[in-house]
Amino acid sequence: MIKVLNPGIYTTVQDQGRFGYRDKGVPVSGFMDTISGQLANSLVGNPIRAAVLEMTMTGPEMIFDEDGVFAITGALMSPKLNGEDISNNRAYEVKKGDVLKFGRLVIGFRSYLAIAGGFTTEKVLNSRSWYFPITSLTHLPKGYELPVGEKYKECDTDSIHHENEIDFDDNRLKVFTGPEYDLISKDQQEQLLNGIFSVAKENNRMAYQLNESIFPHNLSILTSATRPGTVQLTPAGKLIILMKDAQTTGGYPRIFQLSDEAICLLAQKKTGDEICFERISI
Amino acid sequence: MDKFKLEYKPFGRRAILIQWPRLISESILNDIIRFKKIILEHYPKLELVPAYNSLTLMSRTNLNFSSMTDSLRTLYRSNMKVPLRERKLWHIPVCYDLEFGIDLEEFSNAKKMSIERIIELHTEPIYTIYAIGFLPGFMYLGGLPEALHHPRRGKPRLHIPQGSVGIGGEQTGVYPQESPGGWNIIGNSPVKIFNPKNENPCGVNVGDKIKFYSVDKPTHELVTIQVETGIFHLKTLELDDQSS
Repeated sequence: MIKVLNPGIYTTVQDQGRFGYRDKGVPVSGFMDTISGQLANSLVGNPIRAAVLEMTMTGPEMIFDEDGVFAITGALMSPKLNGEDISNNRAYEVKKGDVLKFGRLVIGFRSYLAIAGGFTTEKVLNSRSWYFPITSLTHLPKGYELPVGEKYKECDTDSIHHENEIDFDDNRLKVFTGPEYDLISKDQQEQLLNGIFSVAKENNRMAYQLNESIFPHNLSILTSATRPGTVQLTPAGKLIILMKDAQTTGGYPRIFQLSDEAICLLAQKKTGDEICFERISI
Repeated sequence: MDKFKLEYKPFGRRAILIQWPRLISESILNDIIRFKKIILEHYPKLELVPAYNSLTLMSRTNLNFSSMTDSLRTLYRSNMKVPLRERKLWHIPVCYDLEFGIDLEEFSNAKKMSIERIIELHTEPIYTIYAIGFLPGFMYLGGLPEALHHPRRGKPRLHIPQGSVGIGGEQTGVYPQESPGGWNIIGNSPVKIFNPKNENPCGVNVGDKIKFYSVDKPTHELVTIQVETGIFHLKTLELDDQSS
Protein backbone atom coordinates (compact mmCIF):
# COMPACT_ATOMS: atom_id res chain seq x y z
CA MET A 1 0.00 0.00 0.00
CA ILE A 2 1.11 3.56 -0.67
CA LYS A 3 -0.29 6.40 1.40
CA VAL A 4 -0.93 9.72 -0.30
CA LEU A 5 0.33 12.63 1.80
CA ASN A 6 -0.39 15.24 -0.83
CA PRO A 7 -2.29 14.32 -4.00
CA GLY A 8 -0.91 16.84 -6.52
CA ILE A 9 -3.20 18.85 -8.77
CA TYR A 10 -4.93 16.10 -10.67
CA THR A 11 -3.75 12.56 -10.14
CA THR A 12 -5.77 9.55 -11.28
CA VAL A 13 -5.45 5.79 -11.57
CA GLN A 14 -5.42 4.71 -15.22
CA ASP A 15 -4.93 1.46 -17.06
CA GLN A 16 -5.40 0.54 -20.73
CA GLY A 17 -9.00 1.75 -20.60
CA ARG A 18 -12.55 0.50 -20.69
CA PHE A 19 -13.51 -1.23 -23.89
CA GLY A 20 -16.79 -2.69 -25.07
CA TYR A 21 -19.21 -0.17 -23.57
CA ARG A 22 -19.06 2.66 -26.06
CA ASP A 23 -22.45 1.73 -27.50
CA LYS A 24 -23.78 2.54 -24.01
CA GLY A 25 -22.04 5.89 -23.93
CA VAL A 26 -19.13 4.89 -21.67
CA PRO A 27 -15.87 6.67 -22.54
CA VAL A 28 -12.75 4.59 -23.08
CA SER A 29 -10.61 6.44 -20.49
CA GLY A 30 -7.16 4.98 -19.78
CA PHE A 31 -3.64 6.43 -20.10
CA MET A 32 -3.71 9.79 -21.90
CA ASP A 33 -0.13 9.14 -23.01
CA THR A 34 -0.31 5.41 -23.67
CA ILE A 35 3.34 5.16 -24.67
CA SER A 36 4.57 6.48 -21.33
CA GLY A 37 1.96 4.55 -19.33
CA GLN A 38 2.98 1.28 -20.94
CA LEU A 39 6.68 2.02 -20.61
CA ALA A 40 6.29 2.62 -16.87
CA ASN A 41 4.63 -0.78 -16.54
CA SER A 42 7.25 -2.61 -18.54
CA LEU A 43 10.08 -1.07 -16.46
CA VAL A 44 8.69 -2.67 -13.31
CA GLY A 45 7.77 -6.00 -14.89
CA ASN A 46 4.03 -5.39 -15.11
CA PRO A 47 1.84 -6.27 -18.07
CA ILE A 48 1.63 -3.04 -20.09
CA ARG A 49 -2.10 -2.78 -19.41
CA ALA A 50 -1.72 -2.60 -15.59
CA ALA A 51 -3.02 0.34 -13.56
CA VAL A 52 -0.59 3.21 -12.92
CA LEU A 53 -0.88 6.71 -11.50
CA GLU A 54 -1.29 9.49 -14.02
CA MET A 55 -0.08 12.81 -12.61
CA THR A 56 -0.99 16.09 -14.22
CA MET A 57 1.26 19.15 -13.98
CA THR A 58 2.39 18.39 -10.43
CA GLY A 59 3.01 15.11 -8.72
CA PRO A 60 1.89 13.87 -5.33
CA GLU A 61 3.86 13.21 -2.19
CA MET A 62 3.50 9.70 -0.88
CA ILE A 63 4.92 7.24 1.60
CA PHE A 64 5.47 3.57 0.83
CA ASP A 65 3.97 1.24 3.40
CA GLU A 66 5.77 -1.81 2.06
CA ASP A 67 8.88 -2.65 0.04
CA GLY A 68 8.48 -2.42 -3.70
CA VAL A 69 9.74 -1.36 -7.08
CA PHE A 70 8.49 1.66 -9.00
CA ALA A 71 9.29 3.66 -12.14
CA ILE A 72 8.30 7.09 -13.43
CA THR A 73 7.89 8.00 -17.10
CA GLY A 74 6.41 10.79 -19.20
CA ALA A 75 6.72 14.43 -18.11
CA LEU A 76 9.72 15.41 -16.00
CA MET A 77 8.45 16.58 -12.62
CA SER A 78 11.71 16.59 -10.64
CA PRO A 79 11.01 13.44 -8.61
CA LYS A 80 12.82 12.94 -5.29
CA LEU A 81 13.09 9.74 -3.28
CA ASN A 82 13.80 10.50 0.39
CA GLY A 83 15.00 13.91 -0.73
CA GLU A 84 17.44 12.62 -3.39
CA ASP A 85 16.90 13.47 -7.05
CA ILE A 86 15.92 10.46 -9.13
CA SER A 87 15.40 10.05 -12.87
CA ASN A 88 12.55 9.11 -15.11
CA ASN A 89 12.58 5.94 -17.16
CA ARG A 90 14.21 3.55 -14.74
CA ALA A 91 13.07 1.26 -11.97
CA TYR A 92 13.88 1.99 -8.30
CA GLU A 93 13.59 -0.22 -5.28
CA VAL A 94 11.91 1.24 -2.22
CA LYS A 95 11.70 0.18 1.40
CA LYS A 96 8.79 0.61 3.75
CA GLY A 97 8.77 4.19 4.99
CA ASP A 98 10.44 5.72 1.91
CA VAL A 99 8.94 8.98 0.72
CA LEU A 100 8.48 9.92 -2.93
CA LYS A 101 7.89 13.53 -3.80
CA PHE A 102 7.72 15.60 -6.97
CA GLY A 103 8.92 19.12 -7.64
CA ARG A 104 8.98 21.51 -10.55
CA LEU A 105 7.52 20.57 -13.93
CA VAL A 106 10.46 20.66 -16.36
CA ILE A 107 8.99 19.32 -19.57
CA GLY A 108 5.78 17.63 -20.69
CA PHE A 109 2.52 17.68 -18.72
CA ARG A 110 1.68 14.15 -17.57
CA SER A 111 3.85 11.73 -15.62
CA TYR A 112 3.19 8.07 -14.98
CA LEU A 113 4.12 6.13 -11.89
CA ALA A 114 4.01 2.36 -12.11
CA ILE A 115 4.55 0.07 -9.16
CA ALA A 116 5.48 -3.61 -9.48
CA GLY A 117 2.18 -5.45 -9.05
CA GLY A 118 0.14 -2.51 -10.31
CA PHE A 119 -2.42 -0.50 -8.38
CA THR A 120 -5.38 -2.66 -7.47
CA THR A 121 -8.07 -0.06 -6.93
CA GLU A 122 -11.67 -0.99 -7.82
CA LYS A 123 -12.26 -2.59 -11.19
CA VAL A 124 -15.49 -1.47 -12.82
CA LEU A 125 -16.59 -2.71 -16.24
CA ASN A 126 -13.24 -4.42 -16.75
CA SER A 127 -11.05 -1.42 -16.05
CA ARG A 128 -9.53 0.38 -13.09
CA SER A 129 -9.39 3.70 -14.95
CA TRP A 130 -10.97 6.45 -12.91
CA TYR A 131 -13.93 8.09 -14.54
CA PHE A 132 -16.72 9.39 -12.35
CA PRO A 133 -19.39 8.08 -11.84
CA ILE A 134 -18.33 4.78 -13.40
CA THR A 135 -15.74 4.65 -10.63
CA SER A 136 -16.35 6.28 -7.27
CA LEU A 137 -13.44 8.74 -7.44
CA THR A 138 -12.57 11.45 -9.96
CA HIS A 139 -9.03 12.06 -8.78
CA LEU A 140 -6.73 11.19 -5.93
CA PRO A 141 -7.75 12.62 -2.54
CA LYS A 142 -5.37 13.45 0.29
CA GLY A 143 -4.79 10.59 2.70
CA TYR A 144 -5.92 7.96 0.20
CA GLU A 145 -4.30 4.56 0.53
CA LEU A 146 -3.43 3.07 -2.83
CA PRO A 147 -3.57 -0.74 -2.80
CA VAL A 148 -0.77 -2.54 -4.63
CA GLY A 149 -1.04 -6.02 -6.17
CA GLU A 150 1.30 -9.01 -6.02
CA LYS A 151 4.43 -8.60 -8.12
CA TYR A 152 4.06 -10.14 -11.56
CA LYS A 153 7.72 -11.09 -11.80
CA GLU A 154 11.11 -10.08 -10.51
CA CYS A 155 12.43 -7.12 -12.40
CA ASP A 156 15.86 -5.76 -12.91
CA THR A 157 16.18 -2.41 -11.20
CA ASP A 158 19.40 -1.78 -13.07
CA SER A 159 17.56 -1.68 -16.33
CA ILE A 160 17.34 1.89 -17.51
CA HIS A 161 15.42 3.05 -20.47
CA HIS A 162 17.58 5.96 -21.57
CA GLU A 163 15.54 7.47 -24.29
CA ASN A 164 12.26 9.22 -24.00
CA GLU A 165 9.80 7.49 -26.26
CA ILE A 166 8.20 10.83 -26.94
CA ASP A 167 9.95 13.88 -28.32
CA PHE A 168 8.41 16.49 -26.04
CA ASP A 169 9.66 19.33 -28.22
CA ASP A 170 7.87 18.06 -31.29
CA ASN A 171 4.72 20.04 -31.97
CA ARG A 172 3.51 18.32 -35.13
CA LEU A 173 0.45 16.18 -34.57
CA LYS A 174 0.12 13.47 -37.18
CA VAL A 175 -3.47 13.28 -38.35
CA PHE A 176 -5.61 11.31 -40.73
CA THR A 177 -8.39 13.15 -42.48
CA GLY A 178 -11.66 12.61 -40.62
CA PRO A 179 -15.02 11.51 -42.02
CA GLU A 180 -16.20 15.09 -42.68
CA TYR A 181 -12.88 16.54 -43.92
CA ASP A 182 -14.06 16.55 -47.54
CA LEU A 183 -17.13 18.61 -46.63
CA ILE A 184 -15.17 21.67 -45.50
CA SER A 185 -13.86 24.24 -47.97
CA LYS A 186 -10.40 24.27 -49.55
CA ASP A 187 -9.72 27.50 -47.63
CA GLN A 188 -10.57 25.83 -44.34
CA GLN A 189 -8.43 22.83 -45.22
CA GLU A 190 -5.50 25.13 -45.90
CA GLN A 191 -6.04 26.98 -42.66
CA LEU A 192 -5.90 23.69 -40.81
CA LEU A 193 -2.81 22.34 -42.53
CA ASN A 194 -0.81 25.59 -42.60
CA GLY A 195 -1.90 27.12 -39.33
CA ILE A 196 -0.19 27.10 -35.98
CA PHE A 197 -2.57 26.61 -33.09
CA SER A 198 -2.19 26.88 -29.36
CA VAL A 199 -3.70 24.86 -26.54
CA ALA A 200 -6.51 26.75 -24.78
CA LYS A 201 -6.86 26.71 -21.01
CA GLU A 202 -9.83 24.39 -21.54
CA ASN A 203 -7.75 21.24 -21.71
CA ASN A 204 -8.32 18.12 -19.68
CA ARG A 205 -8.83 14.39 -19.97
CA MET A 206 -12.05 14.94 -21.94
CA ALA A 207 -10.83 17.34 -24.59
CA TYR A 208 -8.23 19.87 -25.65
CA GLN A 209 -9.66 23.06 -27.10
CA LEU A 210 -7.50 25.28 -29.29
CA ASN A 211 -7.39 29.07 -29.06
CA GLU A 212 -7.37 29.91 -32.76
CA SER A 213 -10.42 29.59 -34.98
CA ILE A 214 -10.70 28.90 -38.68
CA PHE A 215 -13.53 30.11 -40.95
CA PRO A 216 -17.00 29.27 -39.61
CA HIS A 217 -19.30 26.79 -41.34
CA ASN A 218 -22.91 25.69 -41.28
CA LEU A 219 -22.46 21.99 -41.87
CA SER A 220 -24.54 19.76 -39.70
CA ILE A 221 -24.33 16.04 -39.16
CA LEU A 222 -26.56 13.66 -37.29
CA THR A 223 -25.08 12.62 -33.95
CA SER A 224 -22.49 9.94 -34.64
CA ALA A 225 -19.61 8.16 -32.93
CA THR A 226 -16.46 9.99 -31.86
CA ARG A 227 -13.14 8.59 -30.66
CA PRO A 228 -10.23 9.78 -28.58
CA GLY A 229 -8.18 11.85 -31.01
CA THR A 230 -11.14 13.05 -33.07
CA VAL A 231 -10.80 16.72 -34.03
CA GLN A 232 -14.22 18.39 -34.09
CA LEU A 233 -14.94 21.67 -35.84
CA THR A 234 -17.66 23.80 -34.25
CA PRO A 235 -19.87 26.04 -36.42
CA ALA A 236 -17.91 29.06 -35.15
CA GLY A 237 -14.68 27.54 -36.47
CA LYS A 238 -13.30 26.41 -33.11
CA LEU A 239 -11.33 23.18 -32.86
CA ILE A 240 -11.94 20.63 -30.13
CA ILE A 241 -9.66 17.61 -29.91
CA LEU A 242 -11.34 14.80 -28.02
CA MET A 243 -9.24 12.88 -25.52
CA LYS A 244 -9.61 9.69 -23.49
CA ASP A 245 -12.57 10.66 -21.27
CA ALA A 246 -14.51 12.26 -24.13
CA GLN A 247 -18.13 11.49 -24.78
CA THR A 248 -18.64 8.68 -27.27
CA THR A 249 -20.89 10.54 -29.70
CA GLY A 250 -20.99 14.06 -31.05
CA GLY A 251 -22.73 16.28 -33.55
CA TYR A 252 -19.85 18.37 -34.90
CA PRO A 253 -18.02 17.54 -38.13
CA ARG A 254 -15.02 15.27 -37.50
CA ILE A 255 -12.32 16.77 -39.64
CA PHE A 256 -9.21 14.98 -38.40
CA GLN A 257 -8.33 11.89 -36.45
CA LEU A 258 -5.07 12.01 -34.51
CA SER A 259 -2.75 9.03 -34.81
CA ASP A 260 -2.31 7.07 -31.57
CA GLU A 261 1.16 8.60 -31.18
CA ALA A 262 -0.20 12.11 -31.71
CA ILE A 263 -2.69 11.59 -28.86
CA CYS A 264 0.26 10.73 -26.58
CA LEU A 265 2.17 13.80 -27.75
CA LEU A 266 -0.82 16.10 -27.24
CA ALA A 267 -1.35 14.66 -23.75
CA GLN A 268 2.08 16.13 -22.92
CA LYS A 269 1.06 19.66 -24.04
CA LYS A 270 -0.30 22.29 -21.72
CA THR A 271 -2.10 25.64 -21.95
CA GLY A 272 -0.38 27.93 -24.44
CA ASP A 273 1.76 25.26 -26.12
CA GLU A 274 1.78 25.47 -29.89
CA ILE A 275 0.83 22.62 -32.16
CA CYS A 276 0.25 22.09 -35.86
CA PHE A 277 -1.33 19.33 -37.92
CA GLU A 278 0.59 17.12 -40.30
CA ARG A 279 -1.54 15.03 -42.58
CA ILE A 280 -0.64 11.37 -43.05
CA SER A 281 -2.48 8.67 -44.95
CA ILE A 282 -4.10 5.50 -43.68
CA MET B 1 -34.91 -6.29 -46.18
CA ASP B 2 -34.24 -2.76 -47.34
CA LYS B 3 -30.97 -2.11 -49.03
CA PHE B 4 -29.41 1.28 -48.80
CA LYS B 5 -26.47 2.84 -50.51
CA LEU B 6 -23.78 2.79 -47.83
CA GLU B 7 -20.66 4.88 -47.62
CA TYR B 8 -17.53 3.53 -45.93
CA LYS B 9 -15.04 6.01 -44.54
CA PRO B 10 -11.76 5.44 -42.70
CA PHE B 11 -11.81 6.97 -39.21
CA GLY B 12 -8.16 6.67 -38.23
CA ARG B 13 -6.38 3.33 -38.57
CA ARG B 14 -8.48 1.50 -36.04
CA ALA B 15 -11.99 2.53 -36.98
CA ILE B 16 -14.33 2.58 -39.96
CA LEU B 17 -17.46 4.69 -40.25
CA ILE B 18 -20.38 3.30 -42.23
CA GLN B 19 -22.96 5.87 -43.25
CA TRP B 20 -26.54 5.43 -44.41
CA PRO B 21 -28.46 8.22 -46.21
CA ARG B 22 -28.75 11.28 -44.00
CA LEU B 23 -32.24 10.69 -42.66
CA ILE B 24 -33.77 10.01 -39.28
CA SER B 25 -35.83 6.95 -40.10
CA GLU B 26 -36.86 3.71 -38.46
CA SER B 27 -36.10 1.66 -41.53
CA ILE B 28 -32.52 2.99 -41.62
CA LEU B 29 -32.11 2.41 -37.89
CA ASN B 30 -33.39 -1.15 -38.22
CA ASP B 31 -31.04 -1.80 -41.12
CA ILE B 32 -28.12 -0.48 -39.02
CA ILE B 33 -29.00 -2.73 -36.10
CA ARG B 34 -29.40 -5.73 -38.36
CA PHE B 35 -26.03 -5.07 -40.04
CA LYS B 36 -24.42 -4.54 -36.63
CA LYS B 37 -25.58 -7.99 -35.62
CA ILE B 38 -24.24 -9.59 -38.81
CA ILE B 39 -20.85 -7.87 -38.38
CA LEU B 40 -20.59 -8.94 -34.75
CA GLU B 41 -21.20 -12.55 -35.70
CA HIS B 42 -18.18 -12.40 -37.97
CA TYR B 43 -16.01 -10.04 -35.94
CA PRO B 44 -16.94 -10.58 -32.29
CA LYS B 45 -13.99 -8.52 -31.05
CA LEU B 46 -15.03 -5.29 -32.73
CA GLU B 47 -16.81 -2.55 -30.84
CA LEU B 48 -19.77 -1.23 -32.82
CA VAL B 49 -21.44 2.09 -32.11
CA PRO B 50 -24.75 2.72 -33.88
CA ALA B 51 -26.23 6.23 -33.99
CA TYR B 52 -28.99 7.67 -36.24
CA ASN B 53 -27.63 7.04 -39.76
CA SER B 54 -24.23 5.60 -38.94
CA LEU B 55 -22.46 2.59 -37.56
CA THR B 56 -18.86 2.93 -36.39
CA LEU B 57 -16.57 -0.08 -36.12
CA MET B 58 -13.74 0.26 -33.66
CA SER B 59 -10.89 -2.16 -33.25
CA ARG B 60 -8.09 -2.38 -30.71
CA THR B 61 -5.63 -3.13 -33.48
CA ASN B 62 -5.10 -1.55 -36.89
CA LEU B 63 -7.57 -2.46 -39.61
CA ASN B 64 -6.82 -2.82 -43.28
CA PHE B 65 -9.39 -0.40 -44.68
CA SER B 66 -9.75 -1.77 -48.18
CA SER B 67 -9.90 -5.47 -47.35
CA MET B 68 -12.16 -4.79 -44.37
CA THR B 69 -14.61 -2.72 -46.40
CA ASP B 70 -14.60 -5.38 -49.14
CA SER B 71 -15.64 -7.97 -46.64
CA LEU B 72 -18.22 -5.62 -45.08
CA ARG B 73 -19.74 -4.97 -48.51
CA THR B 74 -20.00 -8.69 -49.10
CA LEU B 75 -21.63 -9.17 -45.70
CA TYR B 76 -24.13 -6.40 -46.40
CA ARG B 77 -25.05 -7.90 -49.77
CA SER B 78 -25.26 -11.41 -48.38
CA ASN B 79 -28.93 -10.97 -47.55
CA MET B 80 -28.30 -12.87 -44.39
CA LYS B 81 -31.48 -13.25 -42.41
CA VAL B 82 -31.00 -12.21 -38.85
CA PRO B 83 -33.76 -11.44 -36.43
CA LEU B 84 -33.84 -7.83 -35.34
CA ARG B 85 -32.64 -9.00 -31.92
CA GLU B 86 -34.87 -8.94 -28.89
CA ARG B 87 -35.94 -5.33 -29.23
CA LYS B 88 -37.69 -4.07 -26.17
CA LEU B 89 -40.23 -1.48 -25.20
CA TRP B 90 -39.31 -0.01 -21.83
CA HIS B 91 -41.91 1.61 -19.59
CA ILE B 92 -40.26 4.35 -17.61
CA PRO B 93 -41.98 6.09 -14.68
CA VAL B 94 -41.68 9.87 -14.55
CA CYS B 95 -42.87 12.15 -11.76
CA TYR B 96 -43.95 15.46 -13.26
CA ASP B 97 -44.38 17.12 -9.84
CA LEU B 98 -43.26 20.76 -9.81
CA GLU B 99 -40.60 19.86 -7.26
CA PHE B 100 -38.81 17.93 -9.99
CA GLY B 101 -40.18 19.68 -13.06
CA ILE B 102 -38.47 22.93 -12.22
CA ASP B 103 -39.12 24.40 -15.68
CA LEU B 104 -42.66 23.07 -16.08
CA GLU B 105 -44.42 26.34 -15.16
CA GLU B 106 -42.20 28.43 -17.41
CA PHE B 107 -42.60 25.87 -20.17
CA SER B 108 -46.37 25.86 -19.73
CA ASN B 109 -46.53 29.67 -19.91
CA ALA B 110 -44.28 29.83 -22.96
CA LYS B 111 -46.31 27.16 -24.75
CA LYS B 112 -49.69 28.46 -23.53
CA MET B 113 -50.45 24.88 -22.64
CA SER B 114 -51.62 23.41 -19.35
CA ILE B 115 -49.23 21.24 -17.35
CA GLU B 116 -51.74 18.40 -17.62
CA ARG B 117 -51.65 18.69 -21.41
CA ILE B 118 -47.83 18.70 -21.41
CA ILE B 119 -47.79 15.51 -19.36
CA GLU B 120 -50.42 13.96 -21.60
CA LEU B 121 -48.43 14.79 -24.74
CA HIS B 122 -45.12 13.67 -23.25
CA THR B 123 -46.42 10.30 -22.08
CA GLU B 124 -48.35 9.59 -25.28
CA PRO B 125 -45.71 8.56 -27.84
CA ILE B 126 -43.59 5.48 -28.10
CA TYR B 127 -40.11 6.94 -28.48
CA THR B 128 -37.28 5.32 -30.42
CA ILE B 129 -33.68 5.27 -29.13
CA TYR B 130 -31.56 6.53 -32.02
CA ALA B 131 -28.29 6.78 -30.14
CA ILE B 132 -26.73 6.46 -26.69
CA GLY B 133 -23.97 8.92 -25.88
CA PHE B 134 -23.13 12.29 -24.31
CA LEU B 135 -23.18 10.57 -20.89
CA PRO B 136 -23.14 6.87 -20.05
CA GLY B 137 -26.69 5.70 -20.66
CA PHE B 138 -27.97 8.97 -22.14
CA MET B 139 -30.57 8.10 -24.78
CA TYR B 140 -31.18 10.24 -27.84
CA LEU B 141 -34.91 9.75 -28.33
CA GLY B 142 -36.88 10.37 -31.48
CA GLY B 143 -40.62 10.94 -31.50
CA LEU B 144 -41.24 14.04 -29.36
CA PRO B 145 -44.58 15.60 -30.44
CA GLU B 146 -44.01 18.82 -32.33
CA ALA B 147 -46.21 20.73 -29.89
CA LEU B 148 -43.56 20.09 -27.22
CA HIS B 149 -40.53 21.21 -29.25
CA HIS B 150 -38.89 24.01 -27.32
CA PRO B 151 -35.44 25.64 -27.52
CA ARG B 152 -32.80 24.83 -24.94
CA ARG B 153 -32.37 27.27 -22.11
CA GLY B 154 -30.16 30.27 -22.87
CA LYS B 155 -27.93 29.52 -19.95
CA PRO B 156 -27.14 25.89 -19.23
CA ARG B 157 -27.40 24.80 -15.60
CA LEU B 158 -24.29 23.47 -13.89
CA HIS B 159 -26.07 20.76 -11.95
CA ILE B 160 -29.04 18.86 -13.23
CA PRO B 161 -30.00 16.05 -10.83
CA GLN B 162 -29.80 12.41 -11.85
CA GLY B 163 -33.02 11.15 -13.42
CA SER B 164 -34.15 14.58 -14.63
CA VAL B 165 -36.38 14.43 -17.68
CA GLY B 166 -35.95 17.28 -20.08
CA ILE B 167 -36.84 18.76 -23.43
CA GLY B 168 -34.22 20.41 -25.64
CA GLY B 169 -35.20 21.46 -29.14
CA GLU B 170 -36.82 18.48 -30.84
CA GLN B 171 -35.46 16.03 -28.32
CA THR B 172 -36.45 14.64 -25.00
CA GLY B 173 -34.49 12.44 -22.64
CA VAL B 174 -33.46 11.43 -19.16
CA TYR B 175 -30.20 12.58 -17.53
CA PRO B 176 -28.73 9.25 -16.31
CA GLN B 177 -26.48 11.02 -13.83
CA GLU B 178 -26.00 14.49 -12.41
CA SER B 179 -24.51 16.70 -15.07
CA PRO B 180 -24.52 20.19 -16.51
CA GLY B 181 -27.19 20.71 -19.13
CA GLY B 182 -29.34 23.18 -21.02
CA TRP B 183 -32.60 21.30 -21.40
CA ASN B 184 -35.93 22.37 -19.90
CA ILE B 185 -36.54 20.07 -16.96
CA ILE B 186 -40.13 18.81 -16.77
CA GLY B 187 -39.86 15.87 -14.38
CA ASN B 188 -37.77 13.14 -12.83
CA SER B 189 -37.53 9.41 -13.25
CA PRO B 190 -36.55 7.35 -10.20
CA VAL B 191 -35.13 4.49 -12.29
CA LYS B 192 -31.46 4.05 -13.08
CA ILE B 193 -31.04 3.65 -16.82
CA PHE B 194 -27.34 3.19 -16.26
CA ASN B 195 -25.82 1.38 -13.31
CA PRO B 196 -22.09 0.64 -13.46
CA LYS B 197 -22.47 -1.90 -10.65
CA ASN B 198 -24.37 -4.23 -12.97
CA GLU B 199 -22.47 -6.55 -15.28
CA ASN B 200 -24.61 -5.16 -18.07
CA PRO B 201 -24.64 -1.54 -16.90
CA CYS B 202 -27.32 -0.43 -19.30
CA GLY B 203 -30.09 -2.74 -20.44
CA VAL B 204 -31.43 -0.41 -23.09
CA ASN B 205 -30.01 -0.56 -26.59
CA VAL B 206 -30.13 1.67 -29.62
CA GLY B 207 -33.26 0.62 -31.52
CA ASP B 208 -35.28 -0.10 -28.37
CA LYS B 209 -38.43 1.89 -27.59
CA ILE B 210 -39.37 3.96 -24.59
CA LYS B 211 -42.74 4.90 -23.16
CA PHE B 212 -43.00 7.27 -20.21
CA TYR B 213 -45.82 6.99 -17.68
CA SER B 214 -46.73 9.53 -15.06
CA VAL B 215 -46.37 8.67 -11.37
CA ASP B 216 -47.16 10.77 -8.29
CA LYS B 217 -44.63 11.80 -5.67
CA PRO B 218 -45.25 8.94 -3.20
CA THR B 219 -44.78 6.43 -6.03
CA HIS B 220 -41.57 8.21 -7.09
CA GLU B 221 -40.31 7.88 -3.52
CA LEU B 222 -41.31 4.23 -3.34
CA VAL B 223 -39.65 3.38 -6.66
CA THR B 224 -36.50 5.25 -5.59
CA ILE B 225 -36.26 2.97 -2.56
CA GLN B 226 -37.04 -0.11 -4.64
CA VAL B 227 -34.31 0.87 -7.09
CA GLU B 228 -31.80 1.40 -4.27
CA THR B 229 -32.55 -2.03 -2.83
CA GLY B 230 -32.51 -3.67 -6.23
CA ILE B 231 -36.09 -4.91 -6.17
CA PHE B 232 -37.48 -2.61 -8.84
CA HIS B 233 -37.65 -4.03 -12.32
CA LEU B 234 -38.61 -1.98 -15.31
CA LYS B 235 -41.65 -3.20 -17.14
CA THR B 236 -40.53 -4.26 -20.58
CA LEU B 237 -42.23 -5.73 -23.56
CA GLU B 238 -40.52 -7.75 -26.26
CA LEU B 239 -41.27 -6.23 -29.61
CA ASP B 240 -42.10 -8.40 -32.57
CA ASP B 241 -39.53 -8.53 -35.26
CA GLN B 242 -41.34 -6.66 -37.96
CA SER B 243 -39.09 -6.74 -40.97
CA SER B 244 -39.08 -3.25 -42.25
